[in-house]
Amino acid sequence: MWIRRVTRQLLMIMVTVVLGGFLGATLVRLAPGFTVDEGELDPRLAKESVQVLRQARVQDGDIFRFYGHYWARILKGDLGVSRSLGRPVSELLAQRLPVTFRSVALGLAVGWLFGLALALPAAMYRSSAYDLLSTVASGVFLCLPSTVLAMLLFFLRGSAPLVIGLVVFPKVFRYIRNLVVKTSSLPHIVTARAKGLGRTRILFWHVLPVAGPEILALAGVSVTLGFGASIPVEVICGSPGIGQLAWLSALSRDLPLLVNLTVLVTVVTLLANFASDFTAVTLVRNQQ
Amino acid sequence: MKRLRQLALGVLLAVFVTSLLADFITPASYATQFRDSPNVGSSWKFPLGTDELGRDRFSRLIYGTRVSLLLGPAAALLSTLIAAMIGGAAGYIGGSTEQLAMSATDLFLSLPWFFLLLMARAMLPLNAGTWSSVIITFALLGLLGWPPTARIACAGAKSLRESDVILQARASGCHGLRLVMVHVVPNLAPTLFAQFWILIPVFIIGEANLGILGLGVAEPLPSWGNLLRELGDYTVIMSNPWSLAPAGLLLLVMSCFQIALSRKENSV
Repeated sequence: MWIRRVTRQLLMIMVTVVLGGFLGATLVRLAPGFTVDEGELDPRLAKESVQVLRQARVQDGDIFRFYGHYWARILKGDLGVSRSLGRPVSELLAQRLPVTFRSVALGLAVGWLFGLALALPAAMYRSSAYDLLSTVASGVFLCLPSTVLAMLLFFLRGSAPLVIGLVVFPKVFRYIRNLVVKTSSLPHIVTARAKGLGRTRILFWHVLPVAGPEILALAGVSVTLGFGASIPVEVICGSPGIGQLAWLSALSRDLPLLVNLTVLVTVVTLLANFASDFTAVTLVRNQQ
Repeated sequence: MKRLRQLALGVLLAVFVTSLLADFITPASYATQFRDSPNVGSSWKFPLGTDELGRDRFSRLIYGTRVSLLLGPAAALLSTLIAAMIGGAAGYIGGSTEQLAMSATDLFLSLPWFFLLLMARAMLPLNAGTWSSVIITFALLGLLGWPPTARIACAGAKSLRESDVILQARASGCHGLRLVMVHVVPNLAPTLFAQFWILIPVFIIGEANLGILGLGVAEPLPSWGNLLRELGDYTVIMSNPWSLAPAGLLLLVMSCFQIALSRKENSV
């Protein structure tokens, strides 16, 4: 059963990459200005050089040929050259990926820590004053765009991981609080409470194991949230990661770079979702 | 809670009506430059001061609110319609159509939304005219934001397909388009309406993020996105704290949306 599930998920990742690649290649090919190379405007180039540049563009004019070239390069590990920065995309990714991975990982840790620290007491004690305060605190962060949050925290010398954490935190808080409250009303948990079990024991022995799979599903989704937030946060905080690179490539219409970045982030988020899904299934199997 | 929700809806209505009356209540147009008064503080003439180009911040805020509050719902409507067509049809027809449509939806759901938005925005001309940029920005939000709603519409249509109401209607000889229009769409409408409401703040925040990054609505037309760009300049905030007004208004409106939607959100 689980082998079929794993195979299906991996197949889904492969299909996404193939379709994402095709979608990206189509966007690059159909974008206005594809057939013109900026190099043609360079007065230092000889007529022959300009002719070679034009010829290269004409060869890519056939859309099927273009797809062929695109995939042949991808399979060789050549992600192309950034038009705006003039450097190989793989080199840029190797430089910037670790920065973003670090920011997103730390940000997710901060977001989950804040979210759990506020959600569990809110669900356990059901104090209306605490509930109101925690809801207002999470609501403020939920209502502000991540860019505004990044600007405000940047002035307060906050770092990129902290801002990503504060973007993720309200979603984690609200989902877990609602989930724990809902799970706490299950008949076997009401019985455990009626028998006089302590709040902490009920939470860790009865509530969290039941809510575990759904919490793990949220963990996968929060990776997507973290990477999404990395664009505005890295731009505002000046952090040299792939979020900032995506923004620079969007401003300079560097579509080959942007497409590769999008496909790469998609693969990472799919793998994260796959890992959380797989862990949740294993957890349920062990419980059964 | 009910009173708080009514108050939130009242505030939303008041802000929306005020923005619609922008032509009558603002002292100047959003593009009018008072070249003798750039970067001035709050006064009777300029309640929120002026920006570095000498434009009245109050007028720009009211016009910007109009753009964001009119086009956010328009993008949400577009997204809901696409979701209803894809998700509703998939759930109602079922079988391989449902599997295919939901696989495509899952595929779109797994794509990082902001990266996709940035890619699609970069593909279109960045130096587009003011109104073109408005249409491009909100149309993109609408065109890319349908997958979560499509999943919910599909689940709703699927449960309707298997419900006694539809079985009874079929047994009474109601088929095809008539069955869809008379029984499916009205029963699915409340779910879609709730999703439409949930999408509005999401798109307003999306536009604000794009605008601050310089990929949203183009100047001189104001929107919350490009008005918030001023927050990037620390000296402006320190010399004129009223420049924080767009962020405050955005926070107020989004909070009101959260309170108004709290009943729907409280269900996991």
